[in-house]
Amino acid sequence: MKTALPFREIDPVGNKVSITFGGIDLMLPLGENLAGALLVAGVMPFRNTPVSGAPRGPFCMMGACYDCLVQIDGMNVQACMLQVSEGMEITMPVVGGTADA
Amino acid sequence: MRKVDLIVIGAGPAGMSAARRAAQQGLDVLILDEQPAAGGQIYRNVGQANAKRSEILGKDFIHGQTLTKGLDHANIRHLKGAVVWQIEEGTRVSYTQNGIGAIVEGQRILLATGALERPMPVPGWTLPGVMTAGAAQILLKQSGIACQNAVLVGSGPLLYLIATQMVRAGVPPLAIVETQTKADLAKSMRHLVGALRGWSYLLKGLHMLWELRRAGIVRHVAATDVAIEGDQRAQAVVFITGKTAHRIECDTVLMHHGVVPNTQAARSIDIPHQWDAAQSCFVPDCDAAGRTAVSTVFIAGDGAGIGGAKAAALMGEIAALEIAHDLERLTKTDRDAATQDLHKLLATERSARPFIDAAYPPYAGAIAPADETIICRCEEVTAGDIRRFAGLGCLGPNQTKAFGRPGMGPCQGRYCGLSVSQILSATNDMSLDDTGYYRIRPPLKPVTLGELASMDVSASEG
Amino acid sequence: MTSDYAIIGGGIVGLSTAWGLLKRGLRVTVLDGDDGSFRASRGNFGLVWVQSKGMKQPRYAQWSQDSAAAWAAFSAELNDATGRDVGLEQKGGYDLHFSEESLEATVAKYEVLKETLGGNYPFEVLGHNALRREEPAIGPKVVGAILHHQDGHANPLKLLQALADDVRRLGGVIMNGMHVTAVDKSDLFRITCADKTEVRARKVVLSAGLGAMTLGPMMGFKAPIRPQRGQVLITEKLPKLINRPSLIARQVDEGGIQIGATNEEVGLDDTVTQRGLSGLAAEAIAAFPALAKAQLVRSWGALRILSPDGLPIYQESPDMPGAYLVTCHSGITLAAAHARFLPDWLEGADTAPNLEVFSENRFAIS
Repeated sequence: MKTALPFREIDPVGNKVSITFGGIDLMLPLGENLAGALLVAGVMPFRNTPVSGAPRGPFCMMGACYDCLVQIDGMNVQACMLQVSEGMEITMPVVGGTADA
Repeated sequence: MRKVDLIVIGAGPAGMSAARRAAQQGLDVLILDEQPAAGGQIYRNVGQANAKRSEILGKDFIHGQTLTKGLDHANIRHLKGAVVWQIEEGTRVSYTQNGIGAIVEGQRILLATGALERPMPVPGWTLPGVMTAGAAQILLKQSGIACQNAVLVGSGPLLYLIATQMVRAGVPPLAIVETQTKADLAKSMRHLVGALRGWSYLLKGLHMLWELRRAGIVRHVAATDVAIEGDQRAQAVVFITGKTAHRIECDTVLMHHGVVPNTQAARSIDIPHQWDAAQSCFVPDCDAAGRTAVSTVFIAGDGAGIGGAKAAALMGEIAALEIAHDLERLTKTDRDAATQDLHKLLATERSARPFIDAAYPPYAGAIAPADETIICRCEEVTAGDIRRFAGLGCLGPNQTKAFGRPGMGPCQGRYCGLSVSQILSATNDMSLDDTGYYRIRPPLKPVTLGELASMDVSASEG
Repeated sequence: MTSDYAIIGGGIVGLSTAWGLLKRGLRVTVLDGDDGSFRASRGNFGLVWVQSKGMKQPRYAQWSQDSAAAWAAFSAELNDATGRDVGLEQKGGYDLHFSEESLEATVAKYEVLKETLGGNYPFEVLGHNALRREEPAIGPKVVGAILHHQDGHANPLKLLQALADDVRRLGGVIMNGMHVTAVDKSDLFRITCADKTEVRARKVVLSAGLGAMTLGPMMGFKAPIRPQRGQVLITEKLPKLINRPSLIARQVDEGGIQIGATNEEVGLDDTVTQRGLSGLAAEAIAAFPALAKAQLVRSWGALRILSPDGLPIYQESPDMPGAYLVTCHSGITLAAAHARFLPDWLEGADTAPNLEVFSENRFAIS
């Protein structure tokens, strides 16, 4: 049985701060690349596509593919282009559904 | 509106060396780059590399620090986290930084936007846990994060490099599944003599292979029928070598079969491109100094054709000297004297490239993917869809866009453009040049309507 | 190869006309351009729209109404034949207003038109609060809207694909990548292309959009058309935010919000400008403030095909009888009319619609 998570920090550095992903509390290294930090924390998938609902996670890590999109403060943003900051409230992007009548 | 002599887009090796050289010639230089630190992808976060990461990533990586340090110059201003989304008139650049839109005008623009991983559409490549090999390297450089239980898939020296780095980091890959064949190697041999001028690359390649063998890394070569299995995430790589079917269970799959120029910015201003058969990609038309058909816009580095980091830095310097001459900061004689040696070094730098390109061609199964394979990750359009659109009369990728939305998602065709053009070309039996590529329109990267609206001048100017 | 009709131009106008002719059992060949051609059919806003049209020419208002009324059956038939839903929704559409004055002025004009049309012009005026009940995302700057019940929208790209599909299925020939260089007539029309392809046909329809600027005069038409640029924006796919379309914004069936459009006289230049993008974004946010946080993923400039008075042109060539110019800037709205009614006119049937007011005779000879 495998217990190790797929992603591991080889040289842990920095203070950890608390953020939430989908309402779950996580402690992530301050200033760390957000996509990387979420991967190490075991988050997967990052989102479901608006086309088919398929699960997706980071693919390119360089801001080109948009598969690591998450929602912060009502905006869909690339996790791989952000850094961890204290108190981030992150959710998966909302897809489909009706917001009103 | 802020005005400068030179706007450099991208702070990788080409952009950094160009900025330094231009600044030394007295030009006022503005660098716009998306990342929080200089380096580009190849030298990502190199300025912050600690001793352990330096040891893992190696000397070639740490060399990037000479370039990042070079940006410390009074004539250079480096805007970090600045996302460029439009270029107009060959001089005006719109970008967003910290959620605020702005425009800057430069007498010259240098596009140093580097390379993207060549898209490698195989069944299952959209599953979480599948990443580009470049992404794994970025995780390592940027954050010291290693992928455990990973399988590397594809072809090219980058696979060996990341494998050796993973070995040094204490998380060796489970295996390397390589798609190149003995026949490819045989074909590459005619380039070997030329490649000997770039002997240091060949030596490094041999050394990496030796290091991998010593570490006991399993290599499978001439793999075909590569697919990734998994339901909610990648669970295994399957493939065939000879008559043997393989299945390797894993957590992460890292794919790579070469890199290709990132031409989005160049295409957005209608710079002509040609198909480069040797590198299997489109390259922008530019002269030896990097000047394009839009005479105020230059391209340097991998964005002008894949040559690697050292070639990119040399190209950046050459372009900077040409621009300094354009802006009358350098006489023709001085420019020629300075560029002569740079061109010689560049030729040596590039000499191993034909051998590498021939020895490690793109994986055939991802160039002509099975019908059910997703090509456009954003809009989830399959290879079969593209072939069907060709049957409905689509001769080029802009028509397939209208028919089935490939290239219309947020990545704007970065990871499907080449695939769509290649599938159409094969299906319609037309050349790649006649088939063409997506017309790229602004925004080059998604930008919020709020950021756009904040730049609205119509209200104040009537 | 000989056809009953050769159609020059394989956009929405040409294909919907071709589709209608094929339904009458006629043999049709469509000559379409290449990947780089100017194509209004893939750059348009996708409205099936009645209000504000024909304010000075009620026949145009009627023609648009006839088409809008025929759209549902047209789209259902395409759907049955091809399995493709073209995303038609006809629940009404808005003209949004940011000032009481402009709202009142427009309502006054609509009242006049309504009377001319014998009362068939079903619209109602919604004040801000009434509008907000219909569109909870509407912003405070919008004072009200005219809701016209004959308006709606469709997915123009799905329509294009369904037509391309069904024209072939019905036996039509679509030739892609064709540049028509000459049209001449003896017994039959002969259409010659740059690659030496020749097509022969009993009749010819010129529906080449801006291509008619050069081909039209060669065939005896005045073809006084000009390009007008419209820049259009589309956001990432979002949850349902906007219920009914307006000229400012509509939510497409795939979820993206489409924002339009500029009206710019810039010749054959279809580039997108920062100025255009910013202006459109500001207006859309004024209408729907929540859009400020939406990501723009694509924009484009497309060229409208405009006649001097903005109305369509339906004209048989005086020099080459049997050659017809069919051009308009509302190819989506009029697609059903072109599919259902125009073939009767082309064939000279008793049931042909009266299109006299759309002839080129209305333009002075320059």
